[in-house]
Amino acid sequence: MSKKVAFLQGNEAASYGALYAGCNFFAGYPITPSTEVAEVMSVELPKIGGKFIQMEDEIAASAAMMGAALAGFKTLDSTSGPGLSLKQELIGMACISEIPCVIYNVMRGGPSTGMPTGPSQSDVMCAKWGTHGDHPAICLVPSTVQETYEEMIRAFNLSEKYRTPVLVMPDEIVAHMRERVVFPEPGEIAIEPRRTPTVPPEQYKPYDTSFGDVPPLAAFGTGYKFHVTSLNKGQDGFPTTKAEWVQAEEERQVRKVEANADDIIEFEEFQLDDAEVVIVAYGSTSRSARYAVNEARKQGIKAGMFRLKTFWPFPYKQLTALTGRIKGFITPEMNLGMCHGEVERAAQGKVPVMGIFRVDGEPINPDQILDKIKEVK
Amino acid sequence: MAFDYEKYIRPGKLPHIWCPGCGHGIVMKGLIRAMDSLKLDMAQTAIVSGIGCASRLPGYMDCCTLHTAHGRAAAFATGVKLAKPEMNVILVGGDGDGTAIGGNHFIHACRRNIDMTYIILNNKIYGMTGGQFSPTTPTGAKASTTPYGNPDPCFDIAKLAIGAGATFVARGTSFHANQIDKLIAEAIQHKGFSVVEIMDDCPTTYGRRNKFKSVIEMMNHLKEIAVPVKAAEKMTAEQLQGKVLTGVLYKDETKTEYTAEYAKVIERAKAAK
Amino acid sequence: MEKKLPKIEIIEKYCKGCHICVEFCPTKVLEMQGFVAAVKNLEACIKCMQCELRCPDFAIKVITE
Repeated sequence: MSKKVAFLQGNEAASYGALYAGCNFFAGYPITPSTEVAEVMSVELPKIGGKFIQMEDEIAASAAMMGAALAGFKTLDSTSGPGLSLKQELIGMACISEIPCVIYNVMRGGPSTGMPTGPSQSDVMCAKWGTHGDHPAICLVPSTVQETYEEMIRAFNLSEKYRTPVLVMPDEIVAHMRERVVFPEPGEIAIEPRRTPTVPPEQYKPYDTSFGDVPPLAAFGTGYKFHVTSLNKGQDGFPTTKAEWVQAEEERQVRKVEANADDIIEFEEFQLDDAEVVIVAYGSTSRSARYAVNEARKQGIKAGMFRLKTFWPFPYKQLTALTGRIKGFITPEMNLGMCHGEVERAAQGKVPVMGIFRVDGEPINPDQILDKIKEVK
Repeated sequence: MAFDYEKYIRPGKLPHIWCPGCGHGIVMKGLIRAMDSLKLDMAQTAIVSGIGCASRLPGYMDCCTLHTAHGRAAAFATGVKLAKPEMNVILVGGDGDGTAIGGNHFIHACRRNIDMTYIILNNKIYGMTGGQFSPTTPTGAKASTTPYGNPDPCFDIAKLAIGAGATFVARGTSFHANQIDKLIAEAIQHKGFSVVEIMDDCPTTYGRRNKFKSVIEMMNHLKEIAVPVKAAEKMTAEQLQGKVLTGVLYKDETKTEYTAEYAKVIERAKAAK
Repeated sequence: MEKKLPKIEIIEKYCKGCHICVEFCPTKVLEMQGFVAAVKNLEACIKCMQCELRCPDFAIKVITE
């Protein structure tokens, strides 16, 4: 039997990917250019007995999503730049309280209201540094509609596996383009279940590290009575200011993601084996970069692409490893150098890193990248 | 016989953090008596709060408790209730948390008429941060940020709730301790969004700045200003000057409850599939 | 018939010394001893439970038969 195929928009694919992953609760607030996710979820969720709610603002949407997550649901919230700014407060709480959830954020021009219908890649730093305090960050950056579908599934899996919020952030071009999507069969892609407690309710502690860096999470209404707070907490879930507990808990929250970076980081190596010039790209920009690499090869230039699928944790190690054999990196992106700075960290001054930055609402075209490839000596 | 409050409190959590004479403990006792009278299953009950002195209440209660970010209790609780409508969801918080930073969430929870009970402990001040004026601080009152007297007009929380669509609104005071449990119990039993405002006091940050010599004086003030709704019917506007009405102020059992309405959405979606 | 007196238990580690129980006792059974409430005159107790009801600190239990 052949697989089901559809011609979908990125935002629609994201919604169906979430449903495949077992999403059964959506809370959101309308915002261009991500609203189609809310629209699809409002149609699909009630059909399977799931819940959809449109809240009064973006903060409320995240709050409702996290409340439902604590009641045992797999939850999604979708937004764009200004909404992502508002959500930072609760992304921080999801990190410290360790509430699994997925936030889908379509990157549009910013700052502030910026360019609501224009593409951008300028939220990638906000995904890591937007909320205050030390915290883990997982951020996925798909570049095709098919990949948006698949990365949504991976996002839900990672959020459950590491009990932390996960952001999926296509740029507006990927979110609004239409492409062919081949749907996986049920069961074809493994779905990570929530790790729930094995101990009886009276022994349960919501942050019990005797079960490892990612403690099991009970659901409200299943017999487990426990406390969740946005304050620094001890293993029992109650607030604490005890220095050694606070230190240990904060370090664990970051460690559970950083120490598993190899499990979380995914990337594509395109024509990289003998490449002398390496383009580090993500999202729709990587599509122009792929074209430019092919053109450069036709002209005898050994170009290649390291395409990020996971932006956070950032693949420093993998990029640093390339510095011994390449002439330089090129970072085309629709911002003023966000990924660029991280690639510079990875390059450690051993090779030049040249940026192509656009924030004018226009995509970076292959010619721009090709011209830059030719500049690398 | 002495009431066994500790049956509902997590072991080892007392004494609580509230200051001497703070009425929050009196309200918490009222909530416990209400839950006891209704024989609520604690494992099927969630208490949700935001940030502030009153928002520390859930931490003491032996049920599913969620202490969220400042002002966000109603939005979190909405998620819990919509996910699991079979659970009892109770919100607790202060006047600043609920009607300033959380004002938007509060009015929309009222509008949706989702079956939860919001207990607002109105002590007219931001206590935890040291006594700044809140949306319910009376005009002219002193707070740490209104040293020359408060220029702001204030909210009437009950009227705000009624205007926004809550279907059960009641008010009590921490002086009228015996009434608190009855108001809360009736609110919990009401199918829809219920608001119970308890006029409370903060001797530490409000009383001392506003010429109340003691906790007792603040308690007696609550006694003096409270007028039961029935009694108020026979009073003139002049007589009601400076008073607050207490008891069940509003009840509407005709409006559809949100999770019941959403259950119908599910039915319609399944039928259309 | 002899009057049956209740037992008034004051949990000193919970009491914060707010005076509410002392002031609102209609028969002046309680007093402050230093920073905590104490029973001064149990004989006068009419078991109205006001002290237990009003104590904000869960510090008083009036145990009757």
